[in-house]
Formats: sequence, structure tokens, C-alpha cells
Amino acid sequence: MANFAVNAAADSLSNAKPKMDIKDVSFFYNDNKALKNITLPLYEQRVTALIGPSGCGKSTLLRILNRIYELYPGQRAEGVITLDGENILDPKLDANLLRSKVGMVFQKPTPFPMTIYDNIAFGVRLYMKPSRGEMDEIVESSLTRTALWNEVKDRLHTSALGLSGGQQQRLCIARTVAIKPEVVLFDEPTSALDPISTAKIEELIDELKRDFTIVIVTHNMQQAARVADQTAFMYLGDLIEAGPTTSMFSNPKDNRTLDYITGRFG
Amino acid sequence: MDNSLYQRRRLRNRFHLTMSVLTAAFGLCWLVFILAMLLIKGLGGLNLAVFTQMTPPPGSDGGLLNAIVGSLILTFLGVAIGTPLAILAGTYMAEYGRYSKLTNVVRFINDILLSAPSIVIGLFVYGIMVRPMGYFSGLAGSVALAILVVPVVVRTTEDMLLLVPNQMREAAAALGAPRWTVIRYVSYRAAKTGIITGILLAIARISGETAPLLFTALNNQFWSTNILAPMPSLPVVIFQFALSPYEDWQRLAWTGALLITVAVLTLSILARVLVSKKES
Repeated sequence: MANFAVNAAADSLSNAKPKMDIKDVSFFYNDNKALKNITLPLYEQRVTALIGPSGCGKSTLLRILNRIYELYPGQRAEGVITLDGENILDPKLDANLLRSKVGMVFQKPTPFPMTIYDNIAFGVRLYMKPSRGEMDEIVESSLTRTALWNEVKDRLHTSALGLSGGQQQRLCIARTVAIKPEVVLFDEPTSALDPISTAKIEELIDELKRDFTIVIVTHNMQQAARVADQTAFMYLGDLIEAGPTTSMFSNPKDNRTLDYITGRFG
Repeated sequence: MDNSLYQRRRLRNRFHLTMSVLTAAFGLCWLVFILAMLLIKGLGGLNLAVFTQMTPPPGSDGGLLNAIVGSLILTFLGVAIGTPLAILAGTYMAEYGRYSKLTNVVRFINDILLSAPSIVIGLFVYGIMVRPMGYFSGLAGSVALAILVVPVVVRTTEDMLLLVPNQMREAAAALGAPRWTVIRYVSYRAAKTGIITGILLAIARISGETAPLLFTALNNQFWSTNILAPMPSLPVVIFQFALSPYEDWQRLAWTGALLITVAVLTLSILARVLVSKKES
């Protein structure tokens, strides 16, 4: 059996309550069915990791949760996903309103071509009209939360493009939490970063789960083991199995899961 | 190794290298020739009067002030009319309508417009503005120039917006920003230098245009800033003076040509600098 350092502090899922519920969700790229009838609860104040080999549909699943796929033609989701009981796939629900509650951090750091300060103010201004002083506070608290404040406080009004990759990624997280979402989605947030930056981001995710429901797509099984309370293994568009991270890695029920986590494929 | 084969290849390489260098030199030669000629003939007539006095009747002293100002007004108005339209069209093509069939149609028509002879544009504006209004005007000239600006700026705007990574748009959309906010604050910002470069190149293109102005703005021997009256411009003055039998007019034409060339060269260099700054 593979030996994983499973997050010792991981909370059990037994007393967690679902924040989002994915029920029988399928996804299509034109006529190509990329996800097949996925059902998975996402728990409040818990981290759910989606793992699986490339092309298994884990990013696709993540991109349904904030309906970001709607930016492109020919992509379509079926089924029901509830957020606090409300079906978010209902076309009557405004996608931008949904995205204010379900934030997303991408694989490559995507700072906007503006100052560090404005990167955070951009999102905040979409939802409120804070005074100068209030905005300063929001910027400071978001940057403090992502352990970036001390590194950037003297250059808030310089371009965010001058930050290192790891700093840029933490800025993107700060920008996301600044608008106070309820769920934060991470799409392989560390795959473009060095090990030290990766460790910082993982610490941050651990920290953030006190306030948010977190879903993370990762290629790195050690990362899933370190940060996730619940892990879901996907393969060829199917959800093979999901459960508490500890039991997924120590006692997988499906042979394909066992093969993947022991490195026999993927 | 087959030595003769290697030798043959080496010879062939030398031959092509020599040919490319010679043809490149041939092309450059003419450019240098033109610039040198302009400098020699134009510099002589360059004095303060060129910038302070009006175009003279034959035989008396004068300058190009009214033509320079006229050119500035025509070019400014042409850009002011053409650029907003073109940027919005380019925005539609790269952002809203990226996957629509209409975009392909617009791009095709735009490419035709891009290569349309400018004299045709001049005749077109003569038909739709000068004839119905009954008189030549600076406004008609500006519209003709605007029609030349549009395809250039549409093209560069679309190209530059397409270069903005989709991830950037997704990141802004993921914060809940509506489409226009994403375009305004993220796409435009990221593509800014490229779009400005396109505008500069469009200005460079129209500032030497003569044909579309001949039927529209016509010319004016006197100081005029009234855009509803005929308006002088450097290219048309050059055209008229250069073909005249008067030596002082011909000298002014050379000076005017030098001024336009320097202006266009400066704009092109500025555009270059902007682009290279962006790349670094």
C-alpha cells in the first residue's frame, strides 16, 4: 500500500454538512459526453480534492460549479447542483451572482495588468462602493489573509505583473477571498509553482477552510492527502469513488483507485 | 562523406545568401535614395516662414502653415471618427462574436476595405457627401480618411485582443464581472499598447493620402479652420505645387514632402518602440 502522509488534522466528514450537492450531473462538449452522472456532496468548512489522470473530467467538473464553462459555445451541463438548496444550474439564476458566491483560482497565476491594489479593488467594486478608507482595509485584510501583506505593503501601487509566480498566485487568492465568497474552487493551483510556494499555498488552503467550502483539483496525490478532508477519484468522466481522504488512501474500494494512487497509471 | 555533394551544397548556399543580400540591399538602396533626395531638396527650403506663413501665390514668399494645420485637423478628425467605430468593431470580433459567423464575414469585408484603392474611397465620399451638400469640405475629407483608418484599426484591435490569454478573461469572469467590465478593465488594459500602435500606424497611413482628399477637402489657398469649407492639406498642396512650373512652389513642395516623411517616420518609430517595450 502506498504510504501517504495524510493530514493528521483532517476533520472527519461525519459531522460536516453539505454546502453544495452535485446530483446526477453530466457534461457535454458538443455531443461528446465528458462527465457521466456525477453525484458528490461538497462539505462546509472542508476541503474536497478531485484527483485522477489527465482528461478524466476533474477540471470540467470544477468549471461547472461556477458555470464558467458558459463563456464558450457548445458546452452544456445537465443535472442538478445545489448551493444552500438552490439549483445553480437553473438558467434563471444569474451566473455572475453565482460567481460572487463561488470563487475560483486558476492553474496559472492570472494577475490583471494593473496594480496590486487594483487587482483586489477590481472585484470588490463589482459588489460594493466602499470609501477609500474602507477599500484600504479590505485590501490590507485580504493580503494579510494570504500572507502577502508584509511582502507587498510598500509596493501596493506598482504593477502586479512584477510579483513572483507564488506571490501572484497568492494575490489571486486574496482577490478571490476579498469578495467574500462561500465556496472557493482551486484548479491545480500549485502546478506552476516551486515547492516552497506550493507549501505556502497549501498552508493557506488549510487556513481558508475555516471560512469557506473548498474544492481543489490536483494532479499531485500527496497534495490531496495533505490538504483534503474528502477525496474523489475520477476516471474517464466517471466518479469512481469518493470518501474521507484517510480511507481513500489507506483502503480504496475500487481497484482502479488503488492502481492510480499506487502509481500504476496516470 | 561525399565531398562533391557537400561542396555543391555549400556553393548553392553561398549563391542564395548572396542573392538575398543583394536584393535586400537593392530595396534599401531606393529607400536611402528617396530619403537623401528629400533631405537635399527639402532642407534648403526649410525655414521659419514655412511654419508661420500661408501658401503663397507664385512669385511671392510664403510658407505651408495653412496646409500643415489643415492636415492636422483632417487627420485628427479622421482618427476621431474612425477609431471608436473600429475599436468597437474589433472588440465585437474578438470578444462578443469570437465564435459567430458574422465575425468571419466582417473580417473578410474588412480585408477588402483594407486593400481598397484610396481614390475609390475619395470618389465614394464625393458621391455621398460632396455632391448632396453641394460643396467641398474638410468634413468630407475627414470622413474619407476615417474610412481608411477603420480597416487598419479593426484589424490590429482584433489581433491584439485575441492575444490576451483567455485565462485572464476567465479570471475576471470568475469574480462575477459582466462581459463589458471584463473587456473594459482587463482585455483593453492588456491589449492597450497593441491597439495604440494600430492607431499610430493608421495615422501614418492617412497622413500622406492625397487621392481621397482631392475630391473631398479639395484645397484652400488661405487660412481656414472651418470644416464645412474646402480645407488645405499638405499632400494636396504638394501635389499642386510639385506639378506647377514655378520654382518657389516646387521648393515648398519638397519641403512639405520632407515634413510628411519625417512625421510618418516618427510615428512608425514610436509604434515600434511601443511594441518592443511591450515585448520586453
